[in-house]
Amino acid sequence: MNKNKEQLLNKRYKAEQRFRLYGQSAIFMALLFLTIFIFKIFSTGYSAFQKTWLIVPVTFDAELMMLEQNPSKEDIQDADYYDIALKSMADLDLNANEDQENELKRMVSYFFEKEIKNELLNDPSLIGKTKEVYLTASDDLDQVFKGNYPRDLPEDQRRVSDYQLKIFDQLVANGKVESKFNISFFTNADSREAELAGIASSFMGSIFSILVCLMIAFPVAVLAAIYLEEFAPKNRFTDFIEVNINNLAAVPSIVFGLLGLGVLLAIFQLPRSTPLVGGITLSLMTLPTIIIAARASLKAVPPSIREAALAMGASRMQTTMHHTVPLSMPGTLSGTIIGLAQALGETAPLILIGMVAFVNTIPGSPMDPAASLPVQIYIWAESAERGFVEKVSACIMVLLGFLITMNLFAQIIRHKFEKKWS
Amino acid sequence: MNLILFTFIVLLGFTSYYFGRKKAYTIQSTKKRLTALPQFYGYYLAIWCAIPAFIIFSLWAIFEPTIVKLLVLNDYSNQGYLDDELNLIYEKTKALSRGQFTGEITPFIEASAEKYLSLRSIAQSSKVVIVLSAIIASVAYAYKRISSNSRTREPVEKFLNAVLFTASLAAILTTVGIVFSLIFQTIDFFKVIPLFDFVFGTHWYPAKAFVRDSSEALDPTMYSDTFGAVPIFAGTFFIAFIAMCVAIPIGLMSGIYLAEYASYKVRQYAKPLIEILAGIPTVVYGFFAALTVGPFLKELGTSMGLEVSAESALAAGGVMGIMIIPFISSLSDDVITSVPQSLRDGSYAMGATKSETIKRVIFPAALPGIVGSILLGVSRAIGETMIVVMASGLAANLTLNPLESTSTITAQIVVILIGDQAFGDPKTQAAFALGMSLFLVTLCLNIVALRVVKKYREKYE
Repeated sequence: MNKNKEQLLNKRYKAEQRFRLYGQSAIFMALLFLTIFIFKIFSTGYSAFQKTWLIVPVTFDAELMMLEQNPSKEDIQDADYYDIALKSMADLDLNANEDQENELKRMVSYFFEKEIKNELLNDPSLIGKTKEVYLTASDDLDQVFKGNYPRDLPEDQRRVSDYQLKIFDQLVANGKVESKFNISFFTNADSREAELAGIASSFMGSIFSILVCLMIAFPVAVLAAIYLEEFAPKNRFTDFIEVNINNLAAVPSIVFGLLGLGVLLAIFQLPRSTPLVGGITLSLMTLPTIIIAARASLKAVPPSIREAALAMGASRMQTTMHHTVPLSMPGTLSGTIIGLAQALGETAPLILIGMVAFVNTIPGSPMDPAASLPVQIYIWAESAERGFVEKVSACIMVLLGFLITMNLFAQIIRHKFEKKWS
Repeated sequence: MNLILFTFIVLLGFTSYYFGRKKAYTIQSTKKRLTALPQFYGYYLAIWCAIPAFIIFSLWAIFEPTIVKLLVLNDYSNQGYLDDELNLIYEKTKALSRGQFTGEITPFIEASAEKYLSLRSIAQSSKVVIVLSAIIASVAYAYKRISSNSRTREPVEKFLNAVLFTASLAAILTTVGIVFSLIFQTIDFFKVIPLFDFVFGTHWYPAKAFVRDSSEALDPTMYSDTFGAVPIFAGTFFIAFIAMCVAIPIGLMSGIYLAEYASYKVRQYAKPLIEILAGIPTVVYGFFAALTVGPFLKELGTSMGLEVSAESALAAGGVMGIMIIPFISSLSDDVITSVPQSLRDGSYAMGATKSETIKRVIFPAALPGIVGSILLGVSRAIGETMIVVMASGLAANLTLNPLESTSTITAQIVVILIGDQAFGDPKTQAAFALGMSLFLVTLCLNIVALRVVKKYREKYE
């Protein structure tokens, strides 16, 4: 009998331990996913912050550039650089035939002409001389140099030919290939060529959308929260508003995209693909988030504050505007920042209102067509070129960096400025 | 132009505030008792300055384009143009007046562009005149009123209250806007495609609707067997099901562990870390699923002799599940912590172990709340877009094999609407019909879930 009891107890303790283990492994799994995730993004993305340059001697031959004696600044501006650019690439292998010369040309970005031009514009005295110029390597060679490109594939499955690899290896052996911090990733707009593509246009697009979103959502949400929390009578209508808000907070984001498409673009005829429309759409989406946060922090202000103000003869409006609202601001602000961070990461609604268009200029105002960072991630992830994979990861790193900063900021506001009522 | 006018009006507002307050001080200096604090006199005047400006600005914004268009097109009215042609002429006129016209410029259009510009400038200047005179009139009226030391606080507060109330209508307006934007396209869609075919048809092939010459009349028989949404609905629920298979066990167990077992320190670090998963943008999950998980599963399947699609439902659903873990874990954590301590104490007193208490007492007590959190998770899984667009197939495929690719409502909406859309095309309308069904399904789930959670909260608070 006693033994039976002990067995039972043992069984129960085992079950207890098992249950505990399930819980621990669930947490472990969740954290494991997070780690794999972050590790994967960083390991594929960090290399995008480096860019590979080929150092090529360029002879600034005045005759080939169609320049006359003592050219003015404008002449240099208008000169023909294609021939000397081509020649300097072809000179990498003096025995190259025509096909090989073409391959040599494709070892650098199609921007190479302009890079050579800039060199001369910086120093016009170079005419007739030879100088080693840094040229952006093509995205495939960039990937080869970073070790992301499988060299052992058969030649016809590679975008880099054996010949290009041979020349490239010679350059590497001579120290004529260099890797430097990739500034153009941050200053260039999007491009079809992976080696030139940057995030500047989508970054500005994101900033503009978020600003529009903030300017619309914040005042409306705060006013609505004040009304609902402080003034609204408890009746069916305000209940209906509440149900609406809670529902909107859980409506899929793509539905807001359809709203933007069907109302803002089709009826109000606002310009397509612009951060203005994107921002308005996002503001409708963040509105419930901010309202809920603002209401929670208004609710957290103790009634004694209101009673004290009312007892001193303040009207209800004065009590609210002078005492309750300022005290609730830290909570409201941190809720707003969290809502904006959500909006910053949103993709689907922006795709529907046309912010996926290919934009190779940097937008100067919310009325110019633009992409946004998450949409840029989507665009690059969908393109087939290998060079874009690391760009996607790098762009994700930038986006995550922003989100983390915003969330930290929200935390700081909450901890530093929020009054603890006890 | 508008910006300058706007700045000017704002300045006027500040000036009227200043004058109102000054008036109050003059009244005070005559030893009369004020009926409100001096700044209310200022606010009163400023409001009387803002209201006419706002009304006139909005009237102009609504009516100016229509009236100008009517007047410009008046010249063409009896020449037998169709509406579409008139619209085209008007667009050309506008483009020319902005200097962005890149076609053959006919004298007609040039004339109407000139007319357009002159009408616009007349409208602008009359707006300026009307706004300014209205402001001056209303401010003068209000100034006269406050001179008699009549009440100012009550009207100001009433006005503020009205502003607050209007702001709270924004949520309703948004819902109305959603329904409004979906319903017309949806109705048009069902005029061409019978509702029955949409709900019970098993072939989804919207690309077929592409090959239509827009000059031809709509022929409904063309679309039979094109817009049968069953594979889409099935795919949506299937992927959501896979996601919940990942999210429910992990999310629920971590919620329970955090609420009942974890020490303060573990909780302090683990909870925010898990919640990071909820803050990662979905497009990032999509990239992860498409680039890492999909190929990994494919390779794994090949090594086991299974045929796995690189865009399998399993990859998309699994990654979506990871995304939903934090929703379920933090909501169920909240729900479990709000179960009263007395229930636990009672169970321990009867000699139950901790896990027995959780399984037999706390879990049943918290069940409604947990169900609510799971329903919210399901609604999120159904509405999730980017993961599916990037990692799952784009062709509708009626299957229950997680290793094959399927498509979902959200993915189809994106596929149809990406790029340029032609409103009035059944294909575009189909996207709105899908959006409508998505909205309705998630709406029902949300209402039920929120109600369950609310009922549960009331029970223990």
